[in-house]
Amino acid sequence: MTLRIGIDVGGTNTDAVVLDAADRVVAKAKRATTADVTGGLRAALDAVLTELARTGPVDTVGRVMLGTTHATNAILERRNLGRVAVVRLGAPATTSVPPLTDWPADLRAAVSAGEAILPGGHYVDGRPISPLDLDAVRRFLDGVTADAVAVSGVFSPADAEHERLVGELVEREYGLPVSLSHEIGSLGLLERENATVLNAALYGVASAVTRALVEALAERSLTARPYLAQNDGTLMTVEYAARLPVSTIGSGPANSLRGAAFLSGVKDAIVADVGGTSTDLGVLMGGFPRESAAAVEIGGVLTNFRMPDILAIAMGGGTRLRPGAIGPDSVGYRLAESALVFGGTVPTMTDAGVHAGRMPGAPREWHSALDEHAGAAEMLAGSLVIADEMVADAVDRMSLGRADRPLVAVGGGAFLLAGRIPGVSQVIRPEHAEVANAVGAAIALASGRVDTIVPAGAGRTRAIERAKEEAAAKAVLAGADPARVELVDVHEVPLSYLAEPAVRLHVKAAGPLSN
Amino acid sequence: MLGTGGGGDVRTGSLAARRAIQAHGGVPLITLADLPEDALILPLSGIGAPTVSHEMIHSEDEPKRIAEEAERIFGRAPAAVMSSEIGGGNGVAPVAWAAQLGLPLLDADGMGRAFPEVQMVSMYVAGLPADLVIMSDVAGNVVTIRPVDGLWSERLARAVCVAAGSSALMADYVLTAAQARGAVIEGTVTRAIAVGRSTEQTADPLGALQDELGARRLITGKLTDVERRTSGGFVRGSAVIEGTGADRGRTLTLELQNENLVALEDGRVRAIVPDLITVVDTETAIAVQTESLRYGQRVTVLAWACDPLWRTVKGLETAGPAAFGYDLDYVPVEELA
Repeated sequence: MTLRIGIDVGGTNTDAVVLDAADRVVAKAKRATTADVTGGLRAALDAVLTELARTGPVDTVGRVMLGTTHATNAILERRNLGRVAVVRLGAPATTSVPPLTDWPADLRAAVSAGEAILPGGHYVDGRPISPLDLDAVRRFLDGVTADAVAVSGVFSPADAEHERLVGELVEREYGLPVSLSHEIGSLGLLERENATVLNAALYGVASAVTRALVEALAERSLTARPYLAQNDGTLMTVEYAARLPVSTIGSGPANSLRGAAFLSGVKDAIVADVGGTSTDLGVLMGGFPRESAAAVEIGGVLTNFRMPDILAIAMGGGTRLRPGAIGPDSVGYRLAESALVFGGTVPTMTDAGVHAGRMPGAPREWHSALDEHAGAAEMLAGSLVIADEMVADAVDRMSLGRADRPLVAVGGGAFLLAGRIPGVSQVIRPEHAEVANAVGAAIALASGRVDTIVPAGAGRTRAIERAKEEAAAKAVLAGADPARVELVDVHEVPLSYLAEPAVRLHVKAAGPLSN
Repeated sequence: MLGTGGGGDVRTGSLAARRAIQAHGGVPLITLADLPEDALILPLSGIGAPTVSHEMIHSEDEPKRIAEEAERIFGRAPAAVMSSEIGGGNGVAPVAWAAQLGLPLLDADGMGRAFPEVQMVSMYVAGLPADLVIMSDVAGNVVTIRPVDGLWSERLARAVCVAAGSSALMADYVLTAAQARGAVIEGTVTRAIAVGRSTEQTADPLGALQDELGARRLITGKLTDVERRTSGGFVRGSAVIEGTGADRGRTLTLELQNENLVALEDGRVRAIVPDLITVVDTETAIAVQTESLRYGQRVTVLAWACDPLWRTVKGLETAGPAAFGYDLDYVPVEELA
C-alpha cells in the first residue's frame, strides 16, 4: 500500500500521476477532459495504471486524490443541483436583503425550495438577537419540498449555537442533509449564506463524484482510499467532502501551486502556470497558496470563499500575435493545426518562443516552418518582448515588493518564460512541471480552519488558543493524523468602529493524512 | 468615487435598494423646488461598524419607525428622504429607505462626499441646531435624543449605536424645505449617477471620469507602500504611489483616516481635505477603498473641489485639516500646483 495516485481535472486536460513511497513520480498521463468529466477521469486513471503495470503490481496503490471540476460545472450549467430550503436566523434583523436577492434568476429557480428569515442569530457582542424559535423552523420546513437545508445565523462564525440546534432538528425530524454556514464561510452574512446554499445544492453532485471514483477504483480492483482536493490545496476524506462539496471548487489552481512547491522543493515562491490561453500567477507562502482578500464569484453568486490569490494574464502557448500586440484571443485547442510551427498560418506565442530558441528540444522542422514566414520574424521577436513585459509586470504585482523569491514555471507553456525575469531571484523549471497540478493533489495534506471574532483585550490569548484547538480538530475530521497536525496560519485583522476593541481571527491547521 | 476611499460597503445597500424597488416600486428623484416650504425632509444614514452592518444587515422596518416618530414630533409626515452622506453605502441605501417609505428621494445630501463623524454635515455648518436625533435598530427600538449641541449628538448617538449592537439607522437634522436651502448640498444624487455612467461604454474610462468630475490627475503610478493601523476606532495610515510613464520619478504620499485626507509630494500639499481625493484603478477607473489598497496596484489619484460650503470658515473648522489633527493650512486644490 505504498503508491498514491493524484488526478486533477482541468478545463482542457485531466492529468494523473503516480507517486511512490519516496514521493517520486513513477507514472504520469494527460487525457482530454470530457463533457461529463467522469469519462476523462477514467481515461486518465486507465492510462496511468497501464503505464504503472509495466513497472510493477498495481494493487499497491494506497490512496487516490482527486481534484475535480464536477461541482463548478454543476453550478455553471445549473445541472444536477438539489433543491434547498434556505433558513436565515436573524429576524427581525436583516429583512432589508432577503436570502438569494443577488442570485441570477435561473440559478435561484433551480436551487431554491423556499426562503425564510426566522428568529435567532446573535449580535456582535454575543447577545441573541431574538430567542431561537424551533417551531417556526418546523412550520417553514413543513411547507416546502427540499432535498437539503441551508442554515445561516447572524454572527454564527462567532457563536454557532443556533445553527447547530437547527441542524440537529433538521437531521432528527426531517432526515435531510443540512449545511451550517459557520462550517462554510467567514463574516459577511450574504456571501457566507450564498456559499452555504450552494453547498447544500451540491450534496447530490458530491455523492455522484464519490460514487464514480469509488466505482472506477473497484472496477480496476484497487482498494485505495479516495480523497478529494479542496480550494486551499489540502485534502478531505470523501466522507468529509460529502458534507462540504462547495470547498472542492477552485482546487485546480491550489493543486498547481502545491505541486510546484513540491516539485521544486521551494516553499516561498511565485508560481507561473503557463497554459494554452493564459498564464496564472500565484504565490506560495510556507508551501501553501496565498489566499485572495477579494470576494469570489461562483456561477454569478458572490461568496466569501477563501481561494488562492491568482492573477491571470492573457499570455499562453496559443495566444494570437499581431504587430505590436499579443492576444487576448487564443487559437486554443487548434494550436496543433493553426500555429506556424505546425504548418498553419496563425502566428502564436508558441511560434514566438520557438523562434527565439526558448524551447531547446524543438524539432528542426518547426524552425524550417518558421523560416517560410521570414516576414513575421520581426513581429515574433517583438511579441516576446511584450510577453516578457507582461510577465514581469504581473510578477511585480504578485510579489508585493519582495524580489528575493524564485519563480517556479509549470504548465505546458512554461518554456515561453524567459530565463531571467525581473523581480525574482531565479527561474526554476522542475521536472514533471506539465503535471504539477496532479502532483499537487497527490502530495496534499488535510486541513481545518476557523474564522471568528475575538476580543482584542483580556481574553484574547485564551480565545486564540481555543481557535487553534478547534482548527486542529477540524483537520483531524478532514483526515489528518492527530499526532502530526500543525498550525500553518494564524492571522489577525483589527476591526474599526467597534466599542470594544476586537480582532477578526483566522486560524488554519494542517497535517499529513492518517494511516 | 465620492466616498474618497471610505464610506463603507456599497453592495449591501445596492441589494437593499434593488429589493425595495422590486417590492415597493421605483423612487422619484426630486429637487428642493418640487417641495412646499414646510415639507419635512428626513436625512437618513446608517451608523456603526462596517463589519457589523455587513453581517447584521438592516431590518426593513427601521425607516418606518423613524418616519413615524418624526411625524409624532412634527405633527406631519415626512415628504422626502435625503442621504446624509452621498459617498459610499450611505449614498445608495437611501434609495431603499425611500422605497420602503413610499417617499421620493431628494437630489441632495449633507456632505457631497464621505466623512467619518456625525457633525461633519452641511446642516451643522449652515448653523441648523443639532437638537434632535431619531434612531432605530434591528430590534425595533426607537430612541429620540435631544442633545444640546453637535458634540453631544455624536457622543450620545454612538452610545446608543453600541447598545443596539453597533449598527443602527439614524435621522438627524430633520428639516423643512425652507431650512434646507443653503444648508444641504444639492444635485449630488444626479452627480453620483452621472459619475457612474461616465465610465460605462467608453474606451477611456479614466479620461471620461476625470472630465465628469472636473478632477485633477495628481499622479498615475504604482502603489509601493501601504501602512495601516487602527487607533481610536478609526483606520489610520498612509499609502505611497510611485509615478510610472509620464510621471516616472515622482512620488505621491496619501494620508488616510478611513478616507483619503491629504496628498503630499516632496513635502508639498497637492490636495487636502475637505477637497476630494480618490484613488482609482488606472485601467478601469473603478474607485479603490482605503482598506483595499495593496502593493503593486496600478492606480491614478484624482482630486477635485469640494462644495463651496466646506470652504467657509465654519466649514473648515468642521471638516478641514485641523479637524483631522493635521497642522496644515487648507488651500483649494485648483490653486495647488
